[in-house]
Amino acid sequence: MSDHDKIYSTKFQDKIERSTILMFIMTAIAVAVGGIVEIVPLFYLPNTAMIGKDGTFNGTAHKDAKGNIVSMDKIVWNPATSDHKTLEDWQPGDGVRPYKPLELAGRAIYIREGCYLCHSQMIRPFRDEKDRYGHYSIAEESMYDHTYQWGSKRTGPDLARVGGKYSDEWHRRHLKYPRAVVQESVMPNYFWLEKMPVNVAETIQTMKVMTMMPFNPVPKTIYTDAYLNDAKTQLEGKTDMDALIAYLQSMGNHIKFEEGVNYRD
Amino acid sequence: MEATQTTPVKYNMEVVRWFTVAAAIYAVMGTLLGVWIASELAWPFLNFDIPELTFGRLRPLHTNAVIFAFGGCALMGTGFYMVQRTGSTPLWSNGLAWFTFWGWNLIIVLAVITLPLGMSQGKEYAELAWPIDILIAIVWLSFGLNHIMTVAIRKTSHIYVSNWFTMGMIIMITYLHVVNSLAIPVSLTKSYSIYAGVQDAMIQWWWGHNAVGFYLTGGFLGIMYYFVPKQAGRPIFSYRLSVLHFWALTFGYVWLGAHHLQYTALPDWTGSLGAAVSLAMIIPSWGGAMNGMMTLSGAWDKLRTDYIMRFLVVSLAFYAMSTFEGPVMSIKTVNALSHYTDWTIGHVHSGALGWMAMVAYGAMYHMIKKLYGVEKMYSEELVNIHFWLATIGTVVYVVAMWVSGIMQGLMWRDYDEYGTLSYTFVESVSAMHPYYAMRAIGGMIFNLGTWIALYNIVMTVRQANAARRNTAVPANT
Repeated sequence: MSDHDKIYSTKFQDKIERSTILMFIMTAIAVAVGGIVEIVPLFYLPNTAMIGKDGTFNGTAHKDAKGNIVSMDKIVWNPATSDHKTLEDWQPGDGVRPYKPLELAGRAIYIREGCYLCHSQMIRPFRDEKDRYGHYSIAEESMYDHTYQWGSKRTGPDLARVGGKYSDEWHRRHLKYPRAVVQESVMPNYFWLEKMPVNVAETIQTMKVMTMMPFNPVPKTIYTDAYLNDAKTQLEGKTDMDALIAYLQSMGNHIKFEEGVNYRD
Repeated sequence: MEATQTTPVKYNMEVVRWFTVAAAIYAVMGTLLGVWIASELAWPFLNFDIPELTFGRLRPLHTNAVIFAFGGCALMGTGFYMVQRTGSTPLWSNGLAWFTFWGWNLIIVLAVITLPLGMSQGKEYAELAWPIDILIAIVWLSFGLNHIMTVAIRKTSHIYVSNWFTMGMIIMITYLHVVNSLAIPVSLTKSYSIYAGVQDAMIQWWWGHNAVGFYLTGGFLGIMYYFVPKQAGRPIFSYRLSVLHFWALTFGYVWLGAHHLQYTALPDWTGSLGAAVSLAMIIPSWGGAMNGMMTLSGAWDKLRTDYIMRFLVVSLAFYAMSTFEGPVMSIKTVNALSHYTDWTIGHVHSGALGWMAMVAYGAMYHMIKKLYGVEKMYSEELVNIHFWLATIGTVVYVVAMWVSGIMQGLMWRDYDEYGTLSYTFVESVSAMHPYYAMRAIGGMIFNLGTWIALYNIVMTVRQANAARRNTAVPANT
């Protein structure tokens, strides 16, 4: 018996090692399992903020201080049931809504400048994060975020609830020269954003693309044709700086969270 | 073992030479970019108010340069080298291998142009614009097809373990790249992922962690399983351990991505599952590290004289260390402290500098000598200096990030006696300054080593070419 025929492991392993096609198939199966188990359920289980094809919604159940379940209409804005029927009428507390045109343009700048590399948008359920940033983030709050921006690093603070925390003027001064406002900051200066006009055509195209998404598209009842036509007037004459500030001011105030939620220490 | 060859096989090694030299060049560029952006965090004036040079735009270029330019060229070069040698056969298609080489380099050039211009998809380690993503898929498949077909036409009975790991990498990276990059274009340079929120986060970290698991770990383990035994002149310590190592990692590593999303809006079970499997992965990872280390048993004296062996052994030590640290960081209690801090950055670099770059350099030095038919590098002493610069640079870097990361985590959660937060956020930023400076210095030391390696490799190649011109006998490859 030559060395070539000797089996050093099991018969099956030996068979795999001798066959390119068998090795390929076994490996292709082995590497597929984990991803399937962890990813596929996120498209239909509760707490994942996924709108089903049949209109069902896998939302997160939230209780108020008295233990009553908060109506899902107050978590995700629904123009059909809300008192406020259009994006312009929407008020903070009406629930998570899609972005307005200028905010969407600002989001593109947030991505372009790589803000997500130093700022997170995901508050964890800890006491210190509640004190520092506010209520922990829930799945619904990023349900319209195609390319989520949760981030993985806080070189700067979390921005998930930065909306309304500072004035527009504060943001403008801070973005232009961060160290003029916060001396110890290590953020680059972004004064040049003021000189760049918003890309109107691309932003309107982005709105159209958002309605075409296979998962969690913006409903056409919200981005109506009329609204898309009107978007141009909202964008014209604005700079990248205006857009970025509008985006920052839109973050984290969509839902009115009830007090009395327990946090981990 | 193998039937003796009567006629020597004519391997296709020219493309391997080009990949190897390209890897040495990209290692210099990638780590130099790293030093630059690390310095920007320590001394923000270095952003120079030029949009193309800001941290946010250069950081993706740094990660892409190190992972895909340096790592990719090292993996493809060694992949083509090992698959020919272990199968006693030339490449299935030499022409396709050159297509892979030029295609991959075109992608790198496009990355260098587009990323500083801000053409980003906003997904970490997958920032490149959608047309480049399509190009990556094509070039990657050309590499994969060529590798797998060369395995298929091998002259040996069994497929060598290194090629299992490379095959695993080829298949998994194809899955990951295709699924994670699905997007709808808005323009030629901009697109938006078809996934949103929770699903996008999970798919992104399924990609992100498995780029580490199958590319930076699996692919480089293939290198380890070939070059450690070759350099030591001894067979691998345990064949059975390598079987276990391969299948456990291949099946298990895929599950780990969820541990990047502990305590986020991702359902709790997913992160817990990711952490549980992460902890289980310590066993095969350490089994593999031991397998490499024990290959040296009886030949440890080589470490005194063989500088290339030093690279390989220290890389295994960092591999073992990182694969212990990673699972620890995936535990929820630890993750609550470590997540969002520099500790993660330190962990990544103990893997990328200590493991991946070290094992790659060990393999590159070994290959350069074989590929150019020389007994010694231009300067063996410079290999030793490079080794020490790489080791010291990595340790300085990692220690700085451990201290700053844990300090950040503790400062953020600290309360004073009145029950209010002890520190404002910016106090944690200014406390990081000395460690950011120390990190930049660690990176500089490492970067200096890569320059020395490049010089040494170029001089070796030049010397070998000059010697070849002066002799009538053609050198065999």
